[in-house]
Amino acid sequence: MRPIRWLRKNLVVIAGVLALAYLILPNVVVLVFSFNKPKGRFNYTWDHFSTDAWQHPCGVADMCGSLTLSLKIAVYATIGATILGTLTAFALARYRFRGRAATNMLIFLPMAMPEVVMGASLGTLFLNMRIQFGFWTILIAHIMFCLSFVVTAVKARVMSMDPRLEQAAQDLYATPLQTFLRITLPLAAPGIAAGALLSFALSFDDYIITSFNAGNTVTFPMFVWGSAQRGTPVQVNVIGTAMFAIAVVLVLAGQLAGSRRKAKA
Amino acid sequence: MTTTTAPLADAPPDPAPVPAALKRAARRRRSVPYLLLLAGVAWLLVFFVAPMVYQASTSVQTGSLDTGFKVTWHFATYWNALTEYWPHFVRSLVYSGIATVLCLAIGYPLAYTIAFRAGRWRNLLLILVIAPFFTSFLIRTLAWETILADQSPVVSFLNRVHLLDVTTWLGVTEGHRVMATPLAVVCGLTYNFLPFMILPLYTSLERVDGRLHEAAGDLYATPFTTFRKVTFPLSMPGVVAGTLLTFIPASGDYINAELLGSTNQKMIGNVIQSQFLRVLDYPTAAALSFILMAVILAIVTLYIRKAGTEELV
Repeated sequence: MRPIRWLRKNLVVIAGVLALAYLILPNVVVLVFSFNKPKGRFNYTWDHFSTDAWQHPCGVADMCGSLTLSLKIAVYATIGATILGTLTAFALARYRFRGRAATNMLIFLPMAMPEVVMGASLGTLFLNMRIQFGFWTILIAHIMFCLSFVVTAVKARVMSMDPRLEQAAQDLYATPLQTFLRITLPLAAPGIAAGALLSFALSFDDYIITSFNAGNTVTFPMFVWGSAQRGTPVQVNVIGTAMFAIAVVLVLAGQLAGSRRKAKA
Repeated sequence: MTTTTAPLADAPPDPAPVPAALKRAARRRRSVPYLLLLAGVAWLLVFFVAPMVYQASTSVQTGSLDTGFKVTWHFATYWNALTEYWPHFVRSLVYSGIATVLCLAIGYPLAYTIAFRAGRWRNLLLILVIAPFFTSFLIRTLAWETILADQSPVVSFLNRVHLLDVTTWLGVTEGHRVMATPLAVVCGLTYNFLPFMILPLYTSLERVDGRLHEAAGDLYATPFTTFRKVTFPLSMPGVVAGTLLTFIPASGDYINAELLGSTNQKMIGNVIQSQFLRVLDYPTAAALSFILMAVILAIVTLYIRKAGTEELV
């Protein structure tokens, strides 16, 4: 009866590992097929091993241009959303004022709205204002939907901070500016960083809202979407795998730095 | 926290301050939150609220792209949209509902494992849950086309064990294929929104004190009873947040239906997108997204009230 008891005890872990496999499987497929040399235009069936795509990641017309555009929009959107979101989060976490509940609701709503609805409505507005679709309309839309996520991340962090630390700084004759720069900001930094990271990922990956506000401008997700109809180039898998690898390395490096700092303290 | 935490240095240096100066300082302090809010709230009002209002007006307009659209209070647009596209609405809600339940069933064991059983592997597992986010979700959804293709190992295996006969009997697949069936679309939806379920579940499970499990065990609760009476109720905030974060985006999604489904699996998102970008029938697109928004808000409000969690807002 031993194996059965073991199975019962570890059933949860087995189910968890299977769930993880389900999550990772597509990434494995993307990795494997980045080394494929497909026969036709469609990279769906394995033909033979080749590193061509890795040697010429920009060998496809327009792909790297769209990638650069997406990175540029993601950086600007992150900066914009992080600044606006952090200010809003401080107001909501630190002050009681008339309209606070309404503001909280306003921040929550974009997160509870299907992207199609937000994209279509903003697109309708731009269309009727006769605003030219392109870089700026995409950027405006991205800042709009990233903002709420930054506010939520920063607000949670600021609410959990000990206010006595700032009072102590003031007792020790720190000016408001000094207190803010040397106490408040470093304490809030992890929340701000989390919000910024989330913004970057959301903006870089967004397809639905962008498709309603891009006009003829092609971001990387839009390039992938367009290529899906006529056969996705292998280079798309290269970019996908590289992004996955960079993200994992960055997170691991961050964790390592964090644990070392903790060990020192 | 109250406004009294405002910096002391804001007070005038004068030992006997005149009331006027104090009043001015107080007024300035009261305006601080509004100044902080100004930019962010203005952005949302102009680019989120105004478009919603504008869309409501677009939905009762008539006209064409050439002659221009005018508000004519043409409510028939709603009626026509509903009678023509109600199957898409129903399909969207059913697909995203099933995907949400599946996400909970698949995501809970993983969140539980990470929170209680992972030990020193915890951080690595968390990274593995988040990392797929960084490969564009379109690329990952396209990978499902490879996994579920007719000749793929997965589909061949499902055929060999005759599981596809069962699903075909249930009406979620057709013949011996998975691609272009409801099963493929729901599978894609479940996959795409699974991390949105796992992360809130993990956050609330992580806060559960492990000693409570021991206490339940000491009181002769079986592991299953412990889970049912202690762990699961304590993880309710995560369950509510996770199901909302899965259901809402899934119900408006059209990527999975477009890439993994056929014309018989089109969801309401597909209709809105094509009305807006291809047919250029803006009033219908606006009416459809207005209905979708209303339905979602109604469901979410009912659900939150029923589940009794207001931590979200």
